[in-house]
Amino acid sequence: MKRRNHQNAKRYGMVVDLDKCVGCGSCMVACMSENNVPFRADESDKLLSITWMKVFKLTNGKTFPDNEICYLPRPCMHCEGSHGHSPCVSVCPATATDYSSETGIVSQIYTRCFGCRYCMGSCPYHARYFNWWDPVWPEGMEKYLSPNVSPRMRGVVEKCSFCFHRYQLAMNKAYYEERDDIEEDEYQTACTQACPAGAITFGDLNNPDHAVTQLAQPDLKHGGRPKNPLVFRLLERLGTNPKVYYLSSREWVRKSGDNYVKDEKKSAH
Amino acid sequence: MKIDRRSFLSLSIGATAGVTLSPLPWKLTDDLSIWTQNWPWTPVPPDGATTYENSSCALCPGGCGITVRKVGDRAIKIEGTDGHPVNDGGICMLGLSGLQLLYGPTRVKTPLKRVGKRGEGKWKKISWDQAIAEVASTLGDLRSDGKPWAAGCVSGSDKGITPNLFKRFLTAYGSPNFMAMPSMADSYSLAMRMMQGQETMPGFDFENADFILSFGSGILDGWGSPARMFKANSQWVKTGGKVVQIEPRLSNTAAKAYKWLPVKPGTETALALGIAHVIIKSNLYNRDFISGSTAGFNAFKKRVIEQYSPAKVAEITGIDDPSKIERVAKEFAKAKRPIAICGKGQGDVTGGLYDFMAVHALNALVGNINKSGGVLAFETDSYINWPEPGKDSVAASGLRKRRIDGAGTGKYPHARGLLNRLAGQIVKDEKYPLEVLFVSGANPLYSMPDTNSLKKAFDKVSTIVSFSSYMDETAMYADIILPNHMYLERYDDAPIPPGMGKPVVGLVKPVVKPQFDTMHSGDALIRLANEMGGSMKAAFPWEDYERCIKETFGEHWETLENEGFWVDSNVSSGGGKFATDSGKFEFYAENINALPIYKQAKIENSHSYPLALVSYDSIRLAHNYIGDPPFAMKTVESTVLKGNDLFVEVNPTTAKTYGLSNGARATLSTPVGSARVRVNFSEGIMPNVIAMPKGLGHTAFDMYLAGKGVNFNELIVPIEDPASGFDAAWGIMAKLAKA
Repeated sequence: MKRRNHQNAKRYGMVVDLDKCVGCGSCMVACMSENNVPFRADESDKLLSITWMKVFKLTNGKTFPDNEICYLPRPCMHCEGSHGHSPCVSVCPATATDYSSETGIVSQIYTRCFGCRYCMGSCPYHARYFNWWDPVWPEGMEKYLSPNVSPRMRGVVEKCSFCFHRYQLAMNKAYYEERDDIEEDEYQTACTQACPAGAITFGDLNNPDHAVTQLAQPDLKHGGRPKNPLVFRLLERLGTNPKVYYLSSREWVRKSGDNYVKDEKKSAH
Repeated sequence: MKIDRRSFLSLSIGATAGVTLSPLPWKLTDDLSIWTQNWPWTPVPPDGATTYENSSCALCPGGCGITVRKVGDRAIKIEGTDGHPVNDGGICMLGLSGLQLLYGPTRVKTPLKRVGKRGEGKWKKISWDQAIAEVASTLGDLRSDGKPWAAGCVSGSDKGITPNLFKRFLTAYGSPNFMAMPSMADSYSLAMRMMQGQETMPGFDFENADFILSFGSGILDGWGSPARMFKANSQWVKTGGKVVQIEPRLSNTAAKAYKWLPVKPGTETALALGIAHVIIKSNLYNRDFISGSTAGFNAFKKRVIEQYSPAKVAEITGIDDPSKIERVAKEFAKAKRPIAICGKGQGDVTGGLYDFMAVHALNALVGNINKSGGVLAFETDSYINWPEPGKDSVAASGLRKRRIDGAGTGKYPHARGLLNRLAGQIVKDEKYPLEVLFVSGANPLYSMPDTNSLKKAFDKVSTIVSFSSYMDETAMYADIILPNHMYLERYDDAPIPPGMGKPVVGLVKPVVKPQFDTMHSGDALIRLANEMGGSMKAAFPWEDYERCIKETFGEHWETLENEGFWVDSNVSSGGGKFATDSGKFEFYAENINALPIYKQAKIENSHSYPLALVSYDSIRLAHNYIGDPPFAMKTVESTVLKGNDLFVEVNPTTAKTYGLSNGARATLSTPVGSARVRVNFSEGIMPNVIAMPKGLGHTAFDMYLAGKGVNFNELIVPIEDPASGFDAAWGIMAKLAKA
C-alpha cells in the first residue's frame, strides 16, 4: 500500500480549554473505564499509579490571598517530532510504539513491548506508565472489562492511545455503510465525551472545518505551532511537536507550559 | 589436552562472542517475554454485540442521564446521555465509576443476620423469607407493646418514591420518626417557607444568570447537580458571566471564580448583610420589586443599615478593606441577572435559618425572583399523590407522640426532621427509646457529624435494620441487612436535582439483571407490610414496586420510559405573587419573629484551640452514602493522601508558628477528638484555618478505601441553630501540634 503523505492524511489532536477545565477529573476516570486501566490498593505513589490522562494542578506561586490555581489535563501528546520522530518512537528497540502518518497517533503495541522503558525515559511529559505488576481485579469486577482494549500484563509500558479503538470502530462502521471517511463527531476520545465542562475539543488538525483546528490554528509550516495567541503547547521549545494544545486567557498559565529561566521576559522560540 | 590460560581465555571470549552474535539470547528473551505476557490470569474480556441502555444516575441527587454500554449481558461503560436536560453528555467521575460499585467487592450479596458482636463483621446468610419474617415479627412485637413510636427510619433523602414509601410505612405503623440525612435543602426549604410561603428547595436559572454571588457553595466542587454546574460555568466563561466566591479556602470554585473573597469561617452571613447594607444605602435595590412584591423591607433595612456597615463587616469577616465589600455589592446589584446562593460545599450540610434568609434576601433586593436567569420555586415530588394510609388505633396513638428528634414541636416547631439531634436525644431521654431503626440509602455512622456519639446512641437501639446495597459503616453495625438492588439493577425515580432551573424528573432503570440475591427496598417494604397484615397491608396496595412506580407516575410513565426524563410543564413560577399570608416576599417573618441576623458563634476554649478546622468537599471524594470507588481514589492527589496519611491544608505562616514544615506529621485536636495528620503547605487557605477533605477515614468498604486518612466527622460536633434546630456548625476550633 502506498504510504500517504502526512500533510494530506489525518492529524488527530486536541485542544484543552483551561479556562473551562474545573479539575473535576472526569477525563481521568472516563479514560480508565474506557481503556481497562488497572488499579491497586494504594494509588498514592503517583510514580506507580497508571493514569493515561492525568490532571495536574498548577499554581502561580503567589502567597495568600493572591494565590491562583489552574488545572491541566495531560494525555499522551502524540508528538510528531519532525516527520514522525517522536521522542519515544525514536528510542523503542522493539517497534512497540510507532507514529502513524495516517492518523498522527502514536501507537503502543503491548505484545511487542518487552519492558525496557526507554520510551518512559525519553518522554518529556511523563505520559507513559509501566506495569510493575499483573493487573488484578477483585473477584467479579473483571465483568466490566471492555473487549475493545486488551488488558495489559506485567512488564509492558502503556499510555493514552487517543482511544484508537474508537477510530477503528468508527472507520469500520463507515466502510460498512460504504463511506470512505468519518465525520468529526464519529470519532471522539472518551475524555472528550465525558468532560462535563466541555473543555476538551478533539479532531483532525489537518481539517480546517474541525473545531480543533479553528481553536488551535496550527502553523503547519512551523511544526504545528499555534497561531492563536491564547493557545500554547507543553515544552514547546523541545521541538517535540505535540498535538495536544492548551488554551488559557491567563498569562502565567501559558508561561508555565514551558521551562523558563527565571526572569526570562518572553519565550524564545 | 592441556587447558592453559590462553586457551581458556580464548574459549571464553569465543563462546561469549558466539552466544551474543547468535540469535539465541534474543530469541530466548523474546520467547520469555511472550510467555510471561500470555500468563492465563490476564483476563481476555469476552466479545459480543454492543448495546446501549439509558437510565439515570442515582449516586448523588444530581440526576444526570446515563447511557450504559453493554457487551452481551455485561455492563462495560457508563457515559453521560447526550441531549439530557441535566448533563447533556457530561458526567462526573463518580458516575463514571458506577460499574465498580455494581461488580465490586463491597456489595451485600444476600440478606444477612448478625451472629457476632455488633460491628464485628460476623454474619449468617439467611433467606429473604426468613429475613422478612424476622423483621415483621420484631415490628409486630413492638406494636403489640403499644410502642410503635419506638421505630424509626434514617433515609438518605426525603425526596422521591422509595423514601416516601419508608415514610408511609412508618405512618401506617404508627411512628412519626422518619428522618432524612441533612442537606442544604432543609435550610433552604425553611427559609423559602418563611420568605416565600413555599416549603421547597429553590431552583436557580444559572444558565441565564450573569452574576453569581456564592456564599461558600461549591459550584464547581459538587454543589447541586455537579455536571450541570460545570456546564453552566463553561457558559459563563463564554458569555462573561461572573462568579464571586466567598469562603476561606481557594477551592476549585474559588480558583475559577472572577473574584475570590476569603472570609473567616462562619462569618458569611455578616458579609451577606453587609452587602445588603451597601445595596440599600446606595439605592441600588430594585424599587419596583421591593415596593410592589415585598413586605417587611423597612425592618430589614433598619437592621442592616444600623448594624452591618462595611467597616464593621470587614472587621467581622477578616476582609482587609471595606471597599472590597462595597465593590462586590455594587457589582452584584448592577448585574442584569444576579443570583445569590448558599449551602456550603456540596450542599450536604444544613445551616442556620438566618444564614439562608440573609443570602436569599439579596435575591429579593435585586428583584431576581421568579424570572428567567433568577430564583425559581417549584414543588418537588409533585407526582407522589398517594391517598393517606389508613391508621388503626395503634398507629393513631403512636403518631400522636412527639418526634424523637424534637422536630415540629417545642423549641423547633418549623423543622421537618433534625437527625443532628438524634444522638443526643437517644442518650438524654431514657423514656423515649428507639427500639427498631431502619437505615436506607444512608450511612449515618460515617457521614453524620460526631459519628462517635451517634455510634454510642446506636448501641441503645435494639434492632438496626440496614437496607444498604454496600457493606458500609452503618450496615456493618446493623443486626440484619436486607440488601437493596444497586441503582443499575432497579427502577427508581430521580427527583428534581437540587437547585435545578427546570423541574426535570429522571427515571432510574435496571440496565443489568440483579447480580446477587438482593431485593428492591420498595418490594421489601411491600412484603413486610403484607406479612404484618391489617391496615399495614392496606396501606401498600401495590403488587410490587414496579407497579407502584408505574401507577405513581401514571400518564407520565410512558414519557419516562421512552425519554428517560420528564419535564413537569405544569409548574408555574408564580411571577410577582408569593404564597405567604401577605402574598408578598417577606424579609421579616413575623410568625417566628425572624429577621436575618449574624451572631458570632460562641467560642469556648479559644485559648487552648486557637485555630479553626473546616472541611472541604472535593468532586473526587464521595463522602455520603457512597464510598469512593477505586477509580476515583486513583485521582486523589498525593498532596491529599499518601499511603494512609491524610494531609490537611495549612497556610505556611500558620504552620511555621507551630514549627511544622511542609509534609510534617502533626496531631490535630479538637474538643471532641484528635487525629494524626500531615501538613500540606497551601497558599490557598487563610492563616489560622486548617482545611481537611471529607470522604476519607472509612473503616468499612474494601481495601481500596478502608483505613485511608481520617474521617472529618469524628472531629466535629453539630451546633444547634436556635431558630430552626438545624446543625449550623461551620467547622470547629482546633489545635495543631508537632507529632
